[in-house]
Amino acid sequence: MSINEVHTLVVPKILEGTVIDHIPAGKALEILRVLGISGQEGWRVAVLMNVESKRLGKKDIIKIEKRKLTPDEVNVIALIAPTATINIIENFVVVEKLKVRVPDVIESIIRCPNPTCVSNKDREPVKNRFKTLSQEPLLLQCDYCGIVISRSDIPKLVRR
Amino acid sequence: MSYKFKHRDVISILDFTREDLEFLFEYADKFLNAEGKLDTLKGKVVALAFFEPSTRSRLSFEVAAKKLGADVISIIGEEATSIAKGESFADTMIMLDAYSDIIVVRHRYEGAAKYAAEIAEKPVINAGDGRQHHPTQAMIDLYTVMKLFGTIDNLTYAVLGDLRYGRAATSFIYGLTLFKPKKVYLVSPPLLRIRNDVRQILINRGLPFEEKNDIFEVIEDIDVLYVTRIQKERFPDPMEYERVKGSYIVTLNLLEKGKPHLKVLHPLPKVDEIDHKVDTSKYAAYYYQAKLGIPIRMALLTLVMGVG
Repeated sequence: MSINEVHTLVVPKILEGTVIDHIPAGKALEILRVLGISGQEGWRVAVLMNVESKRLGKKDIIKIEKRKLTPDEVNVIALIAPTATINIIENFVVVEKLKVRVPDVIESIIRCPNPTCVSNKDREPVKNRFKTLSQEPLLLQCDYCGIVISRSDIPKLVRR
Repeated sequence: MSYKFKHRDVISILDFTREDLEFLFEYADKFLNAEGKLDTLKGKVVALAFFEPSTRSRLSFEVAAKKLGADVISIIGEEATSIAKGESFADTMIMLDAYSDIIVVRHRYEGAAKYAAEIAEKPVINAGDGRQHHPTQAMIDLYTVMKLFGTIDNLTYAVLGDLRYGRAATSFIYGLTLFKPKKVYLVSPPLLRIRNDVRQILINRGLPFEEKNDIFEVIEDIDVLYVTRIQKERFPDPMEYERVKGSYIVTLNLLEKGKPHLKVLHPLPKVDEIDHKVDTSKYAAYYYQAKLGIPIRMALLTLVMGVG
């Protein structure tokens, strides 16, 4: 029995929901946090960390039962885990495979770290908006105040 | 060429080309000696929405609009408006959009003018948004250099002062990226250096710049010394302000070490960064610069309102 088969036995297939695979090792908990999954929701969630990966050497995997990710949530994952792949599961079968890519414009997902940016002004119907300056290394620029943020800034700026 | 200005928002000097500015400067020449009141903008309403203190920008926009025959409505500070009652900036802009033909806005939040332009259908002119942009000041500054030297290219500049929070200095430096200066020295205490996002833009645009701590290092090389005030109101930490307060002062003694034709520009207001003895010297160009605010803003209002 191979190591992979052992892992398959440990984490059973899910009936329906989402599998997020190829997460850079150690980033799974950050992804759960930005998706707002605390474990209190009542769904089954499996988190595998630092498992062997041909592509990445080591990787994390998250399996979430019942929950299908929205396009916005997929974009959030792209910001933190650019190598991630997302499989949508129905009846134990993968019905959709999504590769994450940081979009050119990111709206209403992350807030600007600049407290005097108009996008942080109280009582304004304004959406946070960032433009992607570069995919690798990831650099995003606030469309209002021009501040530039990198991948390491993102987890604490995700709106929940 | 005037079609390039018609109904456009004026948010950042970086949205313009060298040709745009040269056209604007030529157009502004028409208003240099304009006497009395014209009827170019008769029947039009110019809204001045100044949520932050201003003397020259507001007054020169108002004078420019009135000289062109327009009516002017004003918001001066948030206290006297419904914003003080909790009304949003967006609602205020919607109202001004209905009441006027063009909105000139100044606000302490970065991006406020861009946000206003997204809300309003009428053109919006940015008269300063936080520490970020002040495009019409940059137009005036570059026009002043053009008037003084007959060119903006091939000159050596030093921009001295608060480069971190000063929007006029930043916009002037951005404006220089549209031309071919010989060299631009950015001189400031280490704490007040240009921000990383600004530095990256200057690199991307190929501006020949160098950052320095001390104006004495470069005074002999420069043709234009652009001085700015330390922007006390934008320091998040008052202790930081105390550390850099009074860290540079431009004196006649300094200027006399420079070229005989050296000119000092300042977007004003100045506090204590220029010794008052400089004011009446051959070096001081800042009062002339302030005066040129009128023809530039007359030209811009005319062109943006599509009657140029």
